[in-house]
Amino acid sequence: MDNEAAFDKFKTCTVEVLQVEPEKVTLDARFGDDLDADSLDLVELVMALEEAFNITVDESELEGVETVEQAFKLVSSKA
Amino acid sequence: MSERVVLVTGGSRGIGLATARRFQELGDRVAVTYRSKPPDGEDDPLLCLRCDVTSQSDVDEAFATVEERWGPVEVLVANAGVTRDGLLLRMNEQAWSEVLDANLTGAYRVARRAAGSMVRSRRGRIVFVSSVVALLGGAGQANYAAAKAGLVGLGRSLARELASRGVTVNVVAPGPVATDMLASVSGDRMEEIRAAVPLGRIAAPEEVAAAITYLASPEAAFVTGAVLPVDGGLGMGH
Repeated sequence: MDNEAAFDKFKTCTVEVLQVEPEKVTLDARFGDDLDADSLDLVELVMALEEAFNITVDESELEGVETVEQAFKLVSSKA
Repeated sequence: MSERVVLVTGGSRGIGLATARRFQELGDRVAVTYRSKPPDGEDDPLLCLRCDVTSQSDVDEAFATVEERWGPVEVLVANAGVTRDGLLLRMNEQAWSEVLDANLTGAYRVARRAAGSMVRSRRGRIVFVSSVVALLGGAGQANYAAAKAGLVGLGRSLARELASRGVTVNVVAPGPVATDMLASVSGDRMEEIRAAVPLGRIAAPEEVAAAITYLASPEAAFVTGAVLPVDGGLGMGH
């Protein structure tokens, strides 16, 4: 999967789980401030991404992940 | 109200079966899990699933069966429990661990499995069946009381975690109830138990079932993190 297709998939998941407008899901968007996601939203998102990309993400890897770009890099490094 | 999908663990007898029957009377679709023997009843709309709550794969399989048949579980009653009574000095680690694994970790396993779809659908009810000994203690029941007290901490933590998604989590704490679990108690001990209960009798399983179905009802939408005693006054609110 190329990077663009992967980001589209990532974005679809994010829009669906966080119930936000697609144009808000930009690389520099912050989950908390810009996408209004709480901790449980993020857990749901991680689970959805794990399923969509057929990967597993360890809790420790999520530390410090605050932006869409950080999360996408983490996911695409495993996919 | 549309019928809900209800799963009761340990539902082949006692409090679990009485609870399952009451949900059925309310028009819900009800599945029960059992470990060794399914409940009696031919042509029964009750969906009976063999599932040992100490096994994650059994738990996953039971949920998958319910989901396939009816869709996600909307009401979970974690009731499955075992006892291995004995005084601490004679209680080996196996007796301790077995009771913790079934009564407390088993509840964690089913709650964790149920919570995902509840969070996604923004509604759900979880009820943990604890015991009066959780907060009173019980000589000879260190393992059981510890596990049942653990359900209070588990329940209240989940109540906080899931509140923002409209999912309530509550605990029922029954006193002595006329079930197989109590049947092994000797006659003299039964008299002592009865004498300690202000209402002076043993409960029927249906009386505990009524508390559980209340907590799962739309009327209880504002009740979460509660410990509801159904104990004839034995614990006086604890």
